[in-house]
Formats: sequence, structure tokens, C-alpha cells
Amino acid sequence: MNDQGNILFSGVGGQGILLASEITAYGLLRAGYDAKKSEVHGMAQRGGSVTAQLRYGKKVYSPLIEPGRADVQMAFEMMEAVRYLPYLHRGSKVIVNTQKILPPAVATGQAVYPEGILDELRRRDIEVIAVDAFELARSVGEGRTANVVMVGALSVFLPVEGEVFAEIIRARVPERFREVNLEAFAAGRKACQ
Amino acid sequence: MTHDTTQGLWLSGNEAIALGAYEAGVKVASGYPGTPSTEILENLCTYQGVYCEWAPNEKVGLETALGASFVGARALATMKHVGVNVAADPLFTASYTGVRGGLVLVSADDPEMHSSQNEQDNRNYAFAAKVPMLEPSDPSEAKEMVGAAFRLSEELDTPVMLRITTRVSHVKGVVTKGVREEAPVAIGIEKVPGKLVMLPAMARKRRVYVEERMARCKKLAEAYPYNRIEDGDRRRGFVTSGVSYLYVKEAFPEAAVLKLGMCWPLPEEMIRSFAATVGELIVVEELDPFLETHIKAMGIPCRGKELIPNQGELNTAIVREAIDPASRPQLFAPVELPNRPPNMCAGCPHRGIFYNLSRMKLFVSGDIGCYTLGFLPPLSAMDACVCMGASVPIAHGMVKALGEGSHDKVVSVIGDSTFLHSGITGLVNSVYNGSAATLIILDNRITAMTGQQHNPASGGTILGDPAPSLDLEGLCRAIGVKHVFTVNPHDVVETRKVLKAAVELSEPSVVISRAPCVLLPEMKERRPVSYFTNQDNCVGCMSCIRLGCPAISWTAFAEGEAERRGYRATQKGVSKIDEILCNDCGQCASLCKFNAITRGEGKK
Repeated sequence: MNDQGNILFSGVGGQGILLASEITAYGLLRAGYDAKKSEVHGMAQRGGSVTAQLRYGKKVYSPLIEPGRADVQMAFEMMEAVRYLPYLHRGSKVIVNTQKILPPAVATGQAVYPEGILDELRRRDIEVIAVDAFELARSVGEGRTANVVMVGALSVFLPVEGEVFAEIIRARVPERFREVNLEAFAAGRKACQ
Repeated sequence: MTHDTTQGLWLSGNEAIALGAYEAGVKVASGYPGTPSTEILENLCTYQGVYCEWAPNEKVGLETALGASFVGARALATMKHVGVNVAADPLFTASYTGVRGGLVLVSADDPEMHSSQNEQDNRNYAFAAKVPMLEPSDPSEAKEMVGAAFRLSEELDTPVMLRITTRVSHVKGVVTKGVREEAPVAIGIEKVPGKLVMLPAMARKRRVYVEERMARCKKLAEAYPYNRIEDGDRRRGFVTSGVSYLYVKEAFPEAAVLKLGMCWPLPEEMIRSFAATVGELIVVEELDPFLETHIKAMGIPCRGKELIPNQGELNTAIVREAIDPASRPQLFAPVELPNRPPNMCAGCPHRGIFYNLSRMKLFVSGDIGCYTLGFLPPLSAMDACVCMGASVPIAHGMVKALGEGSHDKVVSVIGDSTFLHSGITGLVNSVYNGSAATLIILDNRITAMTGQQHNPASGGTILGDPAPSLDLEGLCRAIGVKHVFTVNPHDVVETRKVLKAAVELSEPSVVISRAPCVLLPEMKERRPVSYFTNQDNCVGCMSCIRLGCPAISWTAFAEGEAERRGYRATQKGVSKIDEILCNDCGQCASLCKFNAITRGEGKK
């Protein structure tokens, strides 16, 4: 994925997916790409399964990733890594936060959280990069920066210099959270290098 | 976050429309929040020199903008697609009065129903109300078209509709910044009764003008810069508009395309001459066969909905495969997983009401808002939901049809903002025409579903400045409701008693459930002292689990585990509260009879 790419962000409403996709988009724009990003607001944000779709290239028309054409999936929750399988192709990379968030049917004992779920991806020649983003975020002192840890992990695979992302975080994150977010980014990056 | 990038500004379609309106010299903007339109006014209100407000509903929003236009100001009204139904009354006659300052109505449609109750295609409104409609494809074009819409409005003395869809509103892209222009019309009162007083005699004259205007607009459309032919392989020629254009460009990059930035009225000659030069004419549009129907009515052969779905959103793959089925790639099949539907937040005050309703075996006539999620299991406490404000008259109609003594079988549930939007008249009718089904107003002090917008009862303006806060109890009494109760829904047990008493009354009653939305900034800022489970005391009764709170989960025991851990051998499992997710509402504690849920005093 050099000249163009499709990045699918998936997770659970409230996990900071929008901020993560924003930082990623700014990085790609800074590297000179055109980009479009699609989000869904409203009903979808109340703890439901959510996605953001980011496409970049020389010139991007459609804001939506076609099924089978996501090159990278950033999954903020394990089960959500597998839910969008039809968007992936052989050789897609899935960067997955190994956190589990129980959906209502599981929390109320009506269903079970599937075990060994990431094997569903590996079995299909999809490269799984597991990151314990929540733990890494906690290790830098703020569990809520797990989303930025994930961006750090993703940054290793993007045609953008790591320092560019650090600049973006410095420029766009409010001062009192700046340092911890830079550390979170570095921790995520290190985990994948 | 700032939006600057080296290429330009990185903006969503809604942010771009706000910028476009500002640059066009808009003076007054009004509307009602609704996904996917909400962020337009939320952004526009941050610019200097533009008056913005949240109106109680879309009709008031459009009428306010019309008033501003009558004195010469450029005015904007914004709403979601179904909001235009509410505003349709002023729209159809504003088409007759025309404007002084430019008047633009933004209709944000929601194909696929990401956050809506239907997916109506509002291009039909432009046809029906006889007004021009522009349709941008992406944020950059959306910004440009706002200014174009204002100029068109003034040139042709007409309201102009700007139709966007979710994939324009909530798509981010690169936008070029411009400068704010001075609107051309001087602001001041000008009396032109022949144009503004739509009595039949005057309306008949304006009716003639409307036709003349649309004929002029049609002519203008032939050379309109946003209607353009992109030359290419002419074996197939595509006619398309809005976001569908982008999918055509990706699916068939070589093909000739006629892009219609003005989707009503249509440039007949342009379409006819394009059609004459291509082998086959294909119309690609989301939802209704709007362009297709009108192109076919011109006698031009084309194919559209026989290929392209008339439901849901399109995307590049759908367009490509509809036209070229052999291009369908082999995709990975989905893996079956537990669903993850949206849910009310941990600590949501609505949960306390719906938990009780789920136990009361009533027909719950619901309404539009976060609380529509009360439909989902385990609460499963909503039996109907149609449109804003419908909950109250639907309950009234049911009671009238069911007959004497049925008032205790049906309740209606509506949010504070929705009640003020269009629930009040329903309550007036229930009182006036005598039906006693209880109305529950869920007053969480904000318009929550669309992301925390103020409303006439919340005590703030769109900018968060103090505003009068409507007295809901007083309003209900003034309407003639003698029995008005107020409850704290977090006290689930006490709320049940009040609901029961209200439902049994044979006169109209209103229960106001009052507790702030947990997403309000002031609620988020407080450091909650969360609840936790004393698991030793848990008997596995599942009372708390039935609340469906995201912070409470159930751990089932393996065989023999209950005894091993010192529980009754028959106990199936225990509940657990996630202290990070818990928002301290205490509903579960008010239900637990075994002292298994305790408030974590001083824990954080």
C-alpha cells in the first residue's frame, strides 16, 4: 500500500475511533495524498458496532471502501476485527486491540463471546497484528489513550514518517493530554517495529 | 482541532456547508437537529456575524429563515429528510412568495437509514414544491454550491433546496477556503403584499409566476456550470448526480458522464444531446428513479432502476456489479457473531422508565430519540414508533378505538425535545377529546440523540448562553392535564409506584421523568463514585441484568462451580459491575434486594 490504500477502522462506539482516524488522515494529507473519510453519527454511536472508512491516494472519488478492498483494518475490539471480514482480502493486515467488550447478548448471558476468534482471520491468509492497546495505554498512565496507541501501531505500516504523526498530535491534542498521547503513540509504534 | 492541511481545509460536508454559508454572507440560520444534518448549524454558529438558533421544529426553522429572507437577509434552514415533511407546509407556499434575500433549505437525506425511520428521497420535494435543487457530491462541492444556491435563489426569486446525503454530510475531504462576501440585498422592511400575502387572488398570480420561473430555471440549467459532461468512452454514457457520481467515476473511470449538479429542474436539451452521442444511456442514482422517470418522460430511452437498486446506499461495487455482473469478486463470507446493537448508555435515565414499562405489560407508544432503544432486549418495552410527536396521538387513537376502560392498557413515551417539537398538539388533542392514556415525558434536559443540542426546555441557546427554560409541568397543566407527576427515574421502585397510580387514573395524566443525560458535559465532568457488586451476597436473581446496562454483566457458573464457591448449588451465576463503565445512577442498587450492589464510597 504505497500509492493508495483503504483503511477500515472498526470498534465499539465510544472507543475513540474518530480521533484515531482523524490523526491518520492528517498524517496522510501531510504526506501529500488526497483523502476521504466516511463516518456514521447518530444512532450508531450508542455503544454499537461502528466503523470509519479512510481512503487515500493521488485522487480519491468515493468515500466508501468496497467490500474485499480494505488493505488495513484497525480493529479496536477483538470481535469487531472479524465482523467486517467481507471487507478484507487475502494479504490484508488487521491491527487488532486485544481488548474484549461484551455485547449486550453476551453480558446478559444469552450468548457467548467466541474463543480464538482471530484464527478466523489467520486461516484466510490475513495478517493479524495483535496489540494490547489498553494495557500499553495504561502503562503510559492513561487507559483512554488506547486509540492513539493503535495509531502508533498503524503508523509503522503507512507511507508517512513517524515524526509527522508526533507533530500532528502536538498540534491537535489539547495541552494537558499532549504528553501522554505522544507516549501512547510511541508505545504503539514500538510494539509493531 | 484546527482543520488546516497543506492541500486546504479538511472538513466534513456539514462543516463545509457551514463555511459555504458563512462565505455567502448568511445572516440568519435556523433548523432542528437531525442526523445527518446537525453539524451544519453547530458549526455555523461558531462564525462571527451569523445569527444561528435551534428552532423547536423544522417548520418553525424554515419559517424563521423565510422571515429573514423577507427583509432581505440571506437565510438558511437545515434539517434531515423527514424534517422537510414537517416544514413542507411553508416550503410549498414559500415557493409562491419567493424571496428577497436568498433562502436555502438544506435537506440531509439518509439512504440506508443509518439513523432514521425511513429513507425517503427528498428530490421529490423539489419537483412537487416547484423549486430548484442542487446536489453536491462531496464536501468541496457542497461548500461551493451553498453560495451558488443563494445566488440562484435571488436571481430567480425562489427558495432553493440543497440536497445532501449521509455520505456527503459525514464524509471528510479537502475543501478550499474563500472569503466572506457581502450579501447583495439591503436589509430592511419592504411591504409587497401582492407577493407575500398568499390569499387566493394573489396566490393565483404567483402560481403563474412559479411556472415562468421554473421555465427560466430550466433554460438556465442548460448552461449551469454544475451540470457538465465529462467526455470519455461513449459506448456507455452515465447520467448521475450527488454521491452516486463518485461511484460511477470509480467503477467506470473511462466512461462518458453527464453530472447533474442541479437535479431539478433538468436540462432537457443537454440530456438529449448527450444521449444522442452515447451507445447506451444509464442513469445511476440512489433511492428513487427520480432522474430516470423524468428522462424517460422526455422520451429519451435509458436504463436505471432495472439495474441499480432502489433501496439503501450505493457504493462503487454495487454500481459496477449492477452494470457488469461478471466483475463480482470472490469475497470472504461473514462469520456469525453475537450482534452488537447500539444501547442506552450506562447510567441513562431512560433505562429506569423502560425497565418499569417492560414489567407493566402495557402497549408502549414510543417516539423518536435515544429512548427508541427501549425497544431492544432485554427491556423490549416499545411497541410502536413512527415519527416525531406521533406517540401521543397514536395512544389516543388506540384508546378511542379500544373503547371505554382501555386507558390503562396504553401509554405514550416521548423525550423533552420531541414533545416540544410536535408532541404538544397531541396532548392538547388528548385532553380536548378526552382520552386518559398516560403520557411519560422523558426530560433529560437536552436533545441527546443527535449529540447534545439545546432546546426550549434545556435552559441554553445553540451557543450555550442562558435561555428561558420552558416549564413542562406548567405547560401540561395549562393544556388541562390535572394529574402531573414528576419522578426520578433512577429510583426504579418509587417510579413504578407513580407510573402505576398514573396509569390507573381515568383522567389524562402526565409523568415527567426528570434526570439529566449522562453525556451532558457537567455529568461527564463529575467524578462518579461507581457502584460495585458484593459478589458474596449475589443470589443470581438477575434483576440487575434485566436492566440491560452496559456496565453490568453476567458470569455463568460451570458445573459444580456454585457449590465450590459457596453459593446455593442451584445458583446459575453471578452479576458483576464494571466500575469503569458505571456512571453511578444507582438503578441496579434500587432493584437489588440482597445487598449485593454497594456504592463505592470514596473509592475514586
